[in-house]
Amino acid sequence: MRRSWHGGRGPATSERSRVITFDAVTKRYPDGTVAVDSLSLEAPTGEITVLVGPSGCGKTTSLRMINRMIDASEGRILLDGKPVQGIDPPTLRRGIGYVIQQAGLFPHRKIVDNVATVPYLLGWDRKKARSRAMELLERVGLDPALAGRYPFQLSGGQQQRVGVARALAADPPVLLMDEPFSAVDPIVRTSLQEELLRLQSELRKTIVFVTHDIDEAIKLGDRVAVLRVGGRLAQVADPRTLLTEPADDFVREFLGHDRGIRRLQFVPTDGLRLRTDLTVEEGAERGAAEPWLLVVDGDGRPLGWASGARPGELERYGTFVHGRDSMRAALDAALLSPSGCAVAVDEGGRVVGVATRESLDQALAEAADV
Amino acid sequence: MSDGPPSIWEWIGRNWDTGRADSIRNLLTDHLTMSLVPIVLSLVLALPLGLACARWRWLYQPTSGLMNVIYALPSLPVFMLLISVTGLSQTTVIIPLTFYGMAVLIPAVVDGLRSVPDHVRQSAVAMGFTPLRRLLRVELPIAVPVVLAGLRVVAVSSISLVSVGALIGQGGLGGLFTRAYQNPFMPPVIVGIVLIVALALVADALIVLAQRLLTPWVRARKGMAS
Repeated sequence: MRRSWHGGRGPATSERSRVITFDAVTKRYPDGTVAVDSLSLEAPTGEITVLVGPSGCGKTTSLRMINRMIDASEGRILLDGKPVQGIDPPTLRRGIGYVIQQAGLFPHRKIVDNVATVPYLLGWDRKKARSRAMELLERVGLDPALAGRYPFQLSGGQQQRVGVARALAADPPVLLMDEPFSAVDPIVRTSLQEELLRLQSELRKTIVFVTHDIDEAIKLGDRVAVLRVGGRLAQVADPRTLLTEPADDFVREFLGHDRGIRRLQFVPTDGLRLRTDLTVEEGAERGAAEPWLLVVDGDGRPLGWASGARPGELERYGTFVHGRDSMRAALDAALLSPSGCAVAVDEGGRVVGVATRESLDQALAEAADV
Repeated sequence: MSDGPPSIWEWIGRNWDTGRADSIRNLLTDHLTMSLVPIVLSLVLALPLGLACARWRWLYQPTSGLMNVIYALPSLPVFMLLISVTGLSQTTVIIPLTFYGMAVLIPAVVDGLRSVPDHVRQSAVAMGFTPLRRLLRVELPIAVPVVLAGLRVVAVSSISLVSVGALIGQGGLGGLFTRAYQNPFMPPVIVGIVLIVALALVADALIVLAQRLLTPWVRARKGMAS
C-alpha cells in the first residue's frame, strides 16, 4: 500500500528514513543565555519523537538546530551519522519537511502552488509538481477543489492540513513539526492529530514534534522527551513508561493529574474477559435471570440495555472496539451506561460481547500490577 | 459674436497644435515626461534603498529623516539651487520630483517588507529558499500592495507638482496657468486643470489595474473579509 503510493518515485520512505542524533548539543546566545544545555537524544527512524516542556525549555531551539535555522554552539547533530553542520542549509532544508504553528502558507500563492513549493525549489517541472501537490491535498483529507484558492479563503484547520501536505510534497524522510496544532480549536486539533497518526502509519517518517501540551505528546509520541527550563533533558521514554515511572518531581508535576487513568490508554483490551450470554435479539423472549440484557438488531448491532425493572424501555450504552481501543475507552464505555457494563464491538460495529464490572475490575487490577 | 472672447472649444482648437513650444499638445507631452520620469526613477531608486533599510535597520532612521528633510524643502529655492547646475531644463524639475517620490516610496518598500508575516518568512527559510530567492519570490510579492499604494500617491502628486516648474518656464501644462497672470482669460486655466486632473486619474487607474493583475490574492482576502 505504502509502496504503491510512491509509484516508482525512488526508494520507499522506509528505506530512506533517517535517524537524528543530538550529541551533547548546547546553544548559548551571545548574552550568555543557555537555551539548550548539553542535549543528547536520538530520534529513531520512522518514529515520532516529541519534545515537550514548558516555555523556555529550548524545545523549539532544539528543533531548529536540526535544519540549521539555528546553529548549535557546541556538540553535533547527526542526520544518519552525518553532521548537519557540514551541509549547506538550503540543500539540507529541502530534504526536511517543516510544519510551523500558523502554517506559514504563502498568502500570494494558490494552495496547489503552496504545496508544490519544495518540488519547485528542487527544479521539478510545473506539471509534475502540481500533480504531486494535488495527490497530497487528497492524502491529507482536503477537497481538491480548494487547490485554486488562496490561503486566506481557508479555515485554520484547512490551512494546517495544507501545511502538512506542503511539508510532505518532496517526500522527505524527516519531518519537523513546531507546535503545528496549537493554534486551532480543540475539535480541529483532535482531528489533525488523528490524521497525523493515520498518515504516519502509512508513511513511517522520522518525525520530531514540538509541543507544550503533555497530552498531545502522550497521544502522538512513540518517544517523549521532557525538557526543563534551561534546556536540560529531564526524561526520555515511551509514553507508558513516562506515566508509570516519571524520573523526578519535575516530570511528575509536568505530567499533571490522573496519570493512573491516562495510563490505561496503553493497556490493551484483547485480554478483557467478555460475556456473550448477555445479549438478546430484538423481539426475542427475554430471560429473567439477569438484571440487564443488551438488545441487538438482526445484524448484531447494539440497540440498548433492557432492564428487568423497566420492561419495554431501552437504556443508554457505551461501546469500545475490542482489541483496538484501550482500557481507558472500555472503562469510559462502562461509565456511560446505567448497566455499568461496556459493550465490545468489532470494527464493523457488531457486538462481540459484554465487559462486566467484574471483568473490568480484574483487568484494572492486572494493569495496576504492571 | 466673433468680436467677443473665443469660447473654450475655439481656444483649444486654435492652440492645440500651433507648432510652437507652448501649444497644448507640446505642453501635454512635456508634462507627461516630467512626471513619468520621476515616478519611474523614484521607484527604481527606492527599491534597493528600501531593501537596504529593511535589511540593515539602523539605516532606516537616517535615510527616512534625510528624505523627510528633502520633502520639506520648498520647491522654489530647490529650483534656484539646481538652475546653477542643470539650467532652465526639464532636469531641474525632474530631480526634486524624484526625491519627493523617493521620500514616499522608501518607507512604502520598508513597510511592505515588514508586512510579510514572520511565520511566512520562517517557513520560506525552513523550506530551503536561498536569501535572494526568498526576497524575489516571497517577500517582494507580498510587499507589492503596500508599495503600489505608495506609488499611487507618488503618481498623482508628481503629475500635479510638475506645474510648479512653470516658475522656471518648465511646468508643462502649468504653463497655462502663468498666462492667466498677464491676461485674466479663463479657458487656458480650465484646460490646464482638467488635463492635469485627467492625467492623474488615468495614471491612478493604470496602477490600480496593475495591482489587480499582480495581486489577485489581495482581492481574494478582501472578498473574504466582507
